[in-house]
Amino acid sequence: MNSFADQLLVLVMLINLVMLGSSRLLFSIRAVAVQGAILGILPGLIHPFSGHLAAITVGIILIKGVLIPYLISDAVRKAHIRREVEPFIGYVPTLFLGAIFTALAFVFAEKLPLAPEHKELLFVPASIATLLAGFLILTTRKKAISQVIGYLVLENGIFIFGLLLTEAMPFMVEAGALLDLLVGIFVMGIVINQISQEFSSIDTSRLRALKEE
Amino acid sequence: MLYALVLVPLTGALVAGLVPDNRLRPVVLPVVATIYLALSACLIMAPSAPSAGGWFWLDPLGKIVLLCVSILFTVCAYYGVGYLRYRQERSNRVLCIGLLICLAAMGLVTISQHLGLMWVAVEATSVSMAPLIYFNKNARSIEATWKYLLICSVGIALALLGLLFLAYSTYVAQKDATLLLSGLLGTARELNPGWLHAAVIFLLVGYGSKMGLAPLHTWKPDAYGEAPGMVGAMLAGGLVNCAFLAILRVYQICLASGSAELLFFQQVLVGMGLVSMAFAAVFMARQADFKRMLAYSSVEHVGILAIGLGLGKGALFGALFHLLNNGLTKGVLFLTSGNIHRSYGSKTTEVVKGVLTRLPWTGGLFMAGFIAITGSPPFSPFVSEYTIVSSAFIEGRYLVAGLFLLFLVIVFIGMALTVLPMVMGAPPDDVEPTEYRDSLLTVGPPLVALFLILLLGIWPPAFVIGLLRDGAALLGVQP
Repeated sequence: MNSFADQLLVLVMLINLVMLGSSRLLFSIRAVAVQGAILGILPGLIHPFSGHLAAITVGIILIKGVLIPYLISDAVRKAHIRREVEPFIGYVPTLFLGAIFTALAFVFAEKLPLAPEHKELLFVPASIATLLAGFLILTTRKKAISQVIGYLVLENGIFIFGLLLTEAMPFMVEAGALLDLLVGIFVMGIVINQISQEFSSIDTSRLRALKEE
Repeated sequence: MLYALVLVPLTGALVAGLVPDNRLRPVVLPVVATIYLALSACLIMAPSAPSAGGWFWLDPLGKIVLLCVSILFTVCAYYGVGYLRYRQERSNRVLCIGLLICLAAMGLVTISQHLGLMWVAVEATSVSMAPLIYFNKNARSIEATWKYLLICSVGIALALLGLLFLAYSTYVAQKDATLLLSGLLGTARELNPGWLHAAVIFLLVGYGSKMGLAPLHTWKPDAYGEAPGMVGAMLAGGLVNCAFLAILRVYQICLASGSAELLFFQQVLVGMGLVSMAFAAVFMARQADFKRMLAYSSVEHVGILAIGLGLGKGALFGALFHLLNNGLTKGVLFLTSGNIHRSYGSKTTEVVKGVLTRLPWTGGLFMAGFIAITGSPPFSPFVSEYTIVSSAFIEGRYLVAGLFLLFLVIVFIGMALTVLPMVMGAPPDDVEPTEYRDSLLTVGPPLVALFLILLLGIWPPAFVIGLLRDGAALLGVQP
């Protein structure tokens, strides 16, 4: 079963690259939804079945795969936007950077003092690569929606690492973390809506009234 | 009893959501606050023991934070009734609900002994505060809310990664992977040092950005500047202390794991603390917006907290005391700054002049708050800052102590250059008259907070001293 998990993780990393190279927001949102749903399937592949596991699987797929993408695409529809404007760093350079980061993640993960049973798995390099891709989206894109997507990818990267430790995280904590994420995205969606009403654009590079003179 | 700290404010939030009348709704705040204060007083006075399973325990460190949060919230709640009378033009439903949910989350932070649960609660405090910063609904407050939301969310996400690393260090060490504080403290010596080190770094970055330690403080001036005064007070005295409590838990783990990790953690804390004070000193001077000035004062004081923790030994007592003092003093300053903003309709020092003439009570309180926060006797921040700096000299950390004093002096001068022209002088003639007048509800609560810091400075009650001693003992100080 572990080889299947590894294939899914490769898919997760490919989705990172797809998102780095895409300017269409709705497409990126769908990609992040697929990524979230894959994260929901993964724990079932590496841990023995239990009620806790089933609840987590359903919770992750529902929240990361359905609810959050719905909230973001709702915000996109209300703000009437389709595409990211030209980012601070172009699509091809960020894609290139993303590929380099992914390669570095493998090199770095090789050197980490992992537990022996985790050495062969792709979880740790995939986690680091996704985390870095999230950072890259977060810092180079201008639209508020793209920044939210970047934050979600970053959070997905952290989640992949957390999958190794499902036993350590009691159900209450995982549920709380997912709920916090959901509410956070909900609030971000509202703020994006307000930004688009106030500035008739959700370009965050226009948010620059507040600074030191 | 312990769970009531979470359930009472949540019930209050529900009630606030159901009350339809905009004038009546804010009354829910002081009602909940009074119950909460009485409840916390009972819990703080009574000896406490960990719950079954070790998930919940109001230990002395939690008690200190709870003491500060419950007093500050009560002060803000009574003030809120007076303040929101002047803000009837917009609905305060979200404000009341958000404050109460945040109070519930802060209560959960103080009682939880499971670091994962604590993380959930800290994240809940950030999210519930975001709509409150946006209370004024203008372009500037949107910008502030967006920065706050994004930077704090990413910061807190990094703290989660730190927690996962911490759990992984127990896993690699062949222990039961856990995030229960008691379990971690028991096995801390055997944890995998590499993963522990990574965990400490990520936790410090994550909770440090929540707390506003430089260079992770960039959201702070915007958020504090645009939020209403009472929200600013809760951010500066409540959320900061919750994030500091999380850093104290990391300190406990470092302490239990042995000297190497503790030394590293302390050095980084002292370094970040000094950088925070330096940033504050630079940006405080000639600050044209008095709420932003208070934000930089908050950056300075989280720096002082970090330095106190980083110096260890006797300074720990000072740091814990400063947590309480800073929270209450920030209450005085932010609430009175809200009054000034209401009265002048502006928060730039070009317009705001002669507050003492226009609003004698508010002006006097703001002035006293300024004297207190800059560490002048007889107020209690003087005592805690003195404890930290004298401990630095005793330990032979002359450079740290020297820089600490230097920054305090620069901050004092910088803040005085902004505050004195504001408070003194004659009010300009062309300021449009507003309907704001000092009243019992808008001046009384900050006056109580000022009285408390005066009391703590001159004659601190024995139970507070005992609480601080117990807290310092948990951090490894021999009584």
